[in-house]
Amino acid sequence: MSQAVSNGLRIQARLERSGFALDVDTTIPLEGVTALFGRSGCGKTTLLRIIAGLEHPPGAEVHFGDTTWQSGKTFVPLHRRRVGLVFQESTLLPHLSVRGNLLYGYKRTPEPLRRLHLDEVADLLGITELLDRRADQLSGGQRQRVALGRALLISPDLLLLDEPLNALDTQTKREIMPFLARLSDRTGIPTLLVTHAPEEVERLAHRVAFMHDGQLERLEPLREALARADSPLFREEGAVSVLQGELGPPDEHGLHPFGPPEARYRVPSTPGATNGAGRPARLRIDARDVSIALSPPQDVSILNIIPVTIEALDEAPGHHGPARVLAVCRQHDGQTLMAELTRLSTERLGLKPGTRAHALVKSVAFLD
Amino acid sequence: MFELSPTDWMAIEVTLKLAIYTTLILLVIATPIAWWLANGRAPGGLRTAVQALVALPLVLPPTVLGFYLLVLLGPAGPVGSTLENLGLNHLAFTFQGILIASVIYSLPFAVQPLQQAFANLGRRPTEIAGSLGAGRMDRFFTVILPMSRGGFIVAATLAFAHTLGEFGVILMLGGAIPGETQVLSILIYDHAEAMDFTSAHRLSLGLLIFAFVVLFVVYAINRRFDTVRL
Repeated sequence: MSQAVSNGLRIQARLERSGFALDVDTTIPLEGVTALFGRSGCGKTTLLRIIAGLEHPPGAEVHFGDTTWQSGKTFVPLHRRRVGLVFQESTLLPHLSVRGNLLYGYKRTPEPLRRLHLDEVADLLGITELLDRRADQLSGGQRQRVALGRALLISPDLLLLDEPLNALDTQTKREIMPFLARLSDRTGIPTLLVTHAPEEVERLAHRVAFMHDGQLERLEPLREALARADSPLFREEGAVSVLQGELGPPDEHGLHPFGPPEARYRVPSTPGATNGAGRPARLRIDARDVSIALSPPQDVSILNIIPVTIEALDEAPGHHGPARVLAVCRQHDGQTLMAELTRLSTERLGLKPGTRAHALVKSVAFLD
Repeated sequence: MFELSPTDWMAIEVTLKLAIYTTLILLVIATPIAWWLANGRAPGGLRTAVQALVALPLVLPPTVLGFYLLVLLGPAGPVGSTLENLGLNHLAFTFQGILIASVIYSLPFAVQPLQQAFANLGRRPTEIAGSLGAGRMDRFFTVILPMSRGGFIVAATLAFAHTLGEFGVILMLGGAIPGETQVLSILIYDHAEAMDFTSAHRLSLGLLIFAFVVLFVVYAINRRFDTVRL
């Protein structure tokens, strides 16, 4: 079902409103999930609306692969762009049933273009039981899943998600995340996700575009965005590492092996991670839960002791001043692991770039 | 007591015809105006001007409106004389004339409930419908209309009921030609002037009851949909 368009989504737009100016010139790869990350008011939603054709600032250029959506006098209206939209608040049409909502766009999609169908989408999103309910009888999480399904059923060329989890409570967010995480892989539809939550980026995105004051400052793969101490993703809640790897079946202690032998973790299963033999997974590790030892300690309770090479020592993100240091470590499988240490410790151990050491990982969390 | 004369029946017919036509025309005209006022992207100054213009008939004495329409549509007025030059009749003292007058006179009563309903609706549902492949007309009939049903019912009822109560405008522009421009309110006035209180009372009471029933229905519906407030 993959339909990668090689030359991406090209946007060039300037827009000025009272107290706000957007100035963007970028090309976003049309593959996987791209997060548009930034504080509220930085212009992410406006950029998304320009891509959708809901705003059309004069002089803007929007090209989807080889198709021109906006350029000069050319303007393709939203209903001809084949773009799936999901907003943060509930947007189900209240006079239609769940089924009626799901099929609203499907019916308006020309038959040869229909790649996704009601049964599989309902199944993918776990909403099969809800089909005959009225839209106003659903919980917030159910409504967002139906809205996602409705957008998917037009078999869109591009999916635009504007803070789809923002209005939901933590519990419901957790309930929907797995569905969102599966979407892009299963359907092959390139997705733009507007968000201000680092957690959503870490969990869902393949690459991230950082927006600040109406400018798109940087577009980089998630891995790179997580490998530098000054990443905007770390600004609020501190540094984290996100490791990608395969999760093996549990051993006799109920622990799953994760990652290749040279950087092997053993992690207890969590409710989200059942019988996932050979399953790709993401592991999230808080930099404050990682300590550094020069030789592998034998007598500690910590299970996960990973050999690493120190790559850089930077000031830790957040507001600790110079007392804390972020050690950017390279695991032997090439992935980055962050450790937040006190400056005192790094001086005592004599850590510097190139030092071989062992990372003691106290706790990990599964992302999917 | 309840026997109506042929003149009475003719006035009822003219009145109903006028009210029905007015309502239908107003729904067509008021919908785009109300949408534009509620969700349009026009600059605020222009919007305020249009809003004020639409509301004018609420404030002006009907005689003022009727007077200007008479000037405009009559044989010497720009519209009337153009029509005559084209070999058509001018519109003063005709049914078409009072129809135009009632459309203008009842415009705020159709626009305001619709505007309120559309403002409550916002742009989001139409944006969503657009993303799902629905074009303009499609969006209107499958999203805006069903979601603003209450507003449309209120607008139609008020336009209809307000036309029934028209007097000054028609008196100025239409006179009282039986079967053409003599509506109930005018006929009641004529009956009363001729000291025929029985006939005046018959029609008045009928109109009173009718108006009450109409408003009762509107408020009942209004409560049910709970989206539009008067």
